[in-house]
Amino acid sequence: MLSHSVKRVSRMKARTIKTDYLARVEGEGALYVKIKDAKVENVKLKIFEPPRFFEALLRGRAFSEAPDITARICGICPVAYQMSAVHAMEHALGVTVDGQLRALRRLLYCGEWIESHVLHVFMLHAPDFLGYPDVVRMAQDHPDIVQRALQLKKAGNAIVAFLGGREIHPVNVRVGGFYKVPAKQEFAQLAEKLKWGRDAALETVRWTAQLPFPDFEQDYEFIALRHPAEYPFNEGRLVSNKGLDIAVQEYEDHFEEQHVSYSNALHSVLKERGAYFVGPLARYNLNFDRLSPLAQEAARAAGLSPLCRNPFQSIIVRSVEVLYAFDEALRIIEQYERPEHPAIELQPRASTGYAITEAPRGILYHRYQLDDEGLILDAKIIPPTSQNQKTIENDLRHYVEQAIDLPDDQLTWQCEQAIRNYDPCISCATHFLKLHIERK
Amino acid sequence: MSRPILIIGIGNEYRSDDGAGLVVARELQAKKLPHILVTECSGDGAELMEMWKTAATAILIDAISSEAKAGAIYRLDALTQPIPASFSFPSTHAFGVAEALGLARALDQLPPCLMIYALEGKNFAAGSGLSLEVEQAVREVVAQVASEVQHILDVTNPRK
Repeated sequence: MLSHSVKRVSRMKARTIKTDYLARVEGEGALYVKIKDAKVENVKLKIFEPPRFFEALLRGRAFSEAPDITARICGICPVAYQMSAVHAMEHALGVTVDGQLRALRRLLYCGEWIESHVLHVFMLHAPDFLGYPDVVRMAQDHPDIVQRALQLKKAGNAIVAFLGGREIHPVNVRVGGFYKVPAKQEFAQLAEKLKWGRDAALETVRWTAQLPFPDFEQDYEFIALRHPAEYPFNEGRLVSNKGLDIAVQEYEDHFEEQHVSYSNALHSVLKERGAYFVGPLARYNLNFDRLSPLAQEAARAAGLSPLCRNPFQSIIVRSVEVLYAFDEALRIIEQYERPEHPAIELQPRASTGYAITEAPRGILYHRYQLDDEGLILDAKIIPPTSQNQKTIENDLRHYVEQAIDLPDDQLTWQCEQAIRNYDPCISCATHFLKLHIERK
Repeated sequence: MSRPILIIGIGNEYRSDDGAGLVVARELQAKKLPHILVTECSGDGAELMEMWKTAATAILIDAISSEAKAGAIYRLDALTQPIPASFSFPSTHAFGVAEALGLARALDQLPPCLMIYALEGKNFAAGSGLSLEVEQAVREVVAQVASEVQHILDVTNPRK
């Protein structure tokens, strides 16, 4: 079982710790930590390959194909890719999808947040807090908890399947709206599942709140969308807790990708201030007042204030977002009236379009340049995981310093747990990498 | 036999040899074998567990990476044989095939009969199309699964 006890280790000893395979993250990844004379000398995180292949694949394709192609970048968040793609194309073509079609897109995103967050909370992250090496061992002792998790995920999948036409890689999304929109009465069965889900999600917040948390806080720059009225999914300005407040099309003026010599991945940084933090904790900290009353109340009852800077408590925040997603989904269904047309008309034109939407893991940036026939000349896609890499490295550096006297195996596990705070999606990584902690 | 034999092709056709399971499933579908239900899955563990929940017999087909020779074929009885530690089912899902099997076993949610056909892949980089060795393996697995399906039907519905 995981123990937070500290054992004395010779401070003069040089140490190398290796972990073969970063488990319980999406995809493959690795970490290298070098400790010399009881100080962290170097931290290298090699976990994310940006979707460059897909950027190249998109060139020459019609704008209408972007949602379906980009959805295949990731198996766990295809809706996020579709949403960023359609919004960027609509921006390029000068149209706005509003009203019930806009609401249906939020509903679809609720489904993806639920399934992605629930998977992470229970299958990937909770085992760390309870000292289990994996969810299978956890299920042997806590079958009811894991069963409930599977049912919660199924409820999220049900939204995506109902509205998207398929659980994974929805086929019903298009630039301008949808191919088909449901009649109001068709929602009845789904609504019943979601009411159960909302109650189960509230239980989940309470359950995650009582997990043991390391005492660890950093002075992060949190970055997320902020909307005048809503907890953000698809729209808003890009803001931070340190003064950033920009329109999404200004993203590349303020952020850049730096090549890191030891990794295939690029590190995304704020030009002015370096590392930053995206995802549920960032959204929560910048938009607490936009959560539904039920979600706000649950967060407070869980012991959270509107500002949380302990990344280990992201598991509670993900649970709060699951609760919010069920609440928001039911609100949308209740207020739904079938729109007259499933999509709005579009005319191709030479243009450039930008969008940022809030994937489960954080902001997902898409930019497309189109020719006058609407064919894609150029594409840029920056996923949330590549934007968190530098912050993950910084966290590891500070966390390892705090836990430096732990034996290698415990230290390794806690490093992995710290990485999993970010729910990194490293599905585009194409090679196996290792966790090495080298002590000298 | 009331419930059809469930055949699940697992994979991602945009990751080269990881599409092998899907190709096998599609070729089996095209054969129009009697009393089977062919479906595809991207490898999401929870989805798999849901798919086989009501099946009497399920056959999974997926590509693996175990550093064996490309095109090697393995057939495992998931109820009686452990998944070899060297098997990796490449996927964009952290909770994938192996985890689904383990969790279903822990929660007593495995179907009464679950066979796995694993094909050793060579190339899992982004891209479409199978390597030659895996193409060959796909043809063999299609034949093996078709034969296994016929055997199961013969056993459960013996001809007089």
